This record gives sequence, C-alpha cells and structure tokens, in this order.
Amino acid sequence: MSAPLSVDGIAAPPRANGELLFAAPWESRAFGLAVSLYEAGAFDWPRFQAALIARIGAWDADRVGDWSYYHHWLAALEDVLVDTGAVPGGEVASRAEALALRPAGHDHPHPHP
Amino acid sequence: MTAEETAGRPSAALRTEALEQLLVERGLIDPAVVDRLITTYETNIGPLNGAKVVAKAWTDPAYRERLLADGTTATKELGFGGPQGEHIVVVENSAKEHNVVVCTLCSCYPWPLLGLPPSWYKDPAYRARVVREPRTVLSEMGLDLDADVRITVRDSSSEVRWLVLPERPAGTESLSEDELVELVTRDAMVGVAKVAAP
Repeated sequence: MSAPLSVDGIAAPPRANGELLFAAPWESRAFGLAVSLYEAGAFDWPRFQAALIARIGAWDADRVGDWSYYHHWLAALEDVLVDTGAVPGGEVASRAEALALRPAGHDHPHPHP
Repeated sequence: MTAEETAGRPSAALRTEALEQLLVERGLIDPAVVDRLITTYETNIGPLNGAKVVAKAWTDPAYRERLLADGTTATKELGFGGPQGEHIVVVENSAKEHNVVVCTLCSCYPWPLLGLPPSWYKDPAYRARVVREPRTVLSEMGLDLDADVRITVRDSSSEVRWLVLPERPAGTESLSEDELVELVTRDAMVGVAKVAAP
C-alpha cells in the first residue's frame, strides 16, 4: 500500500490511542485466524502462547532479520496447526508458492475504467 | 525486508492467505467470523474497559478490595473476559510505590481490558530494557519518578497478567465515576504513565 494513511476523517484506519494496531492487512488476518480457531476450539490458548514464546525466544537468541511480532505470531500458528494435525507441514508453503504464481491483477477480474 | 523474504520464501502476506484458504477448505474457520472478530478488536475493544474498572475501584472501596484480591473475578463482574482475560492480577500504584508491566517472553497483555498491545509493548527493546533499567525507560517515555519511589517491574506470563491500578489524581474528588473513566489512559494501566487531573 503506497497511499499515505489519513490521520482522521472517515478514511482513517482504526487506531488505539493514536497508534496503528496492525502494520499490514495480513497481520490483522493472522491475528483473526488464531483467535477464531481458538474460539472454535481448535486449540487451547496456552498451547498457542507456548508456540509464540518459542518463536520469539528463538529470534531473541540470535536476532537475525528485522523484528516483526506478527511474523512470529503467524509462524507460531502454523506450528500449532502442524502439531495438532489440522494443517500438515509444508502445505502452507506449497499453497503460498502456488498463490505467488498468479498473474498480476488476478484480484481485479474486470479491467479498471 | 525480513530474512525469510530475502531467502526467497513466500512472504508473510502470501502465507497468511494460503493458511486461510486451507483452513476454510477444511471447514475450520468461516471468513465472515474472522472479519467480525478483527473488526471487534480494531474498533470496539480498547482501553475503555480497563478505564471503567479503574474508575469503579476509585469510587467503590468494596470493589477495590475485590479487584485487588481477585482481578479475574472482579473484572468479569463488569462483563470483561475472554482470551487473555484470565489470571488478571491487579497491583496498585501510589505516591511511593510504582508498578510497571512487561511481558518479556511473548508480549501477553490483558486484551479484554486494554485492547491489543501497542507496538512499543511488543518491541524487544522495551521487553529487555524495562527489566534492567526501569527508571531510565520510564523517563524516556515521559514519566520521571522521584528517587525515593520504589519501582517494581511485573513480568506477565501465561499464569499472571498484570494490570496496574493507577493512583487517583488529586483534585478529582468531585468527579463522578463516568468523568473519572475519561481520565484513565492505557499507558497508566500498564504503568508507563500517571493519570493526570483534568
């Protein structure tokens, strides 16, 4: 997204005490997936939390790459789903690679005027 | 760019989209439910719930006792619960005792009371430094505490999620509970700020 975000007015993104809650749309999606799955009974919250602690702890140990909380969140969610057998390991990566091959503009089926 | 992206692995956005597709195909989630949940957390749940708890504790001594004795039950009494709303322990700040909250392991945070955590709370620098040098970190965040104020850093975990009951500011004796709610900030309930009188 390259458009500057407006600070107020109806186009303003939701903010909490003046701060963006999510830096990118996928972050809110990853958040929503984890909480929805928990509410549907797919796993206990402490199990997800333990996976998140493990991911953040591993990053803290060598600090390679930029800090991104929701990267760890997403990775922890994938870990838990592999662990419970809900989504076998490797499936997310192969589906993501398939999605990456979509032609540009795939999400805009009709030409823009 | 993250290490993952430089290594040529699919981006987090693509992985999230892929994961959602797989979960929908398996009937494990409903995208409409996910949409509603995100909207709820983005727009409806914020620090206001925690502010109501604090204002009630300031105006109702019996509630304050219950809140300090059992935070989870006392906050549920006002209708606030849910994921990360369990194991709430409330500590009281005063002129001589100051508590500040961090979660060094994973940034857990009492969502039902304060909404989702701000970026600084999740930042590795805050998580590491507030434990080692709380007075300096608080000062950098705009809270200068006198040398005789004792600072206690409370580290949240899956067993305990700390919530600070801030000191009621002087000069607010005539304000109603609803007026007091307006004064209480998220930062005061994490312990990185004080509540200012209007």
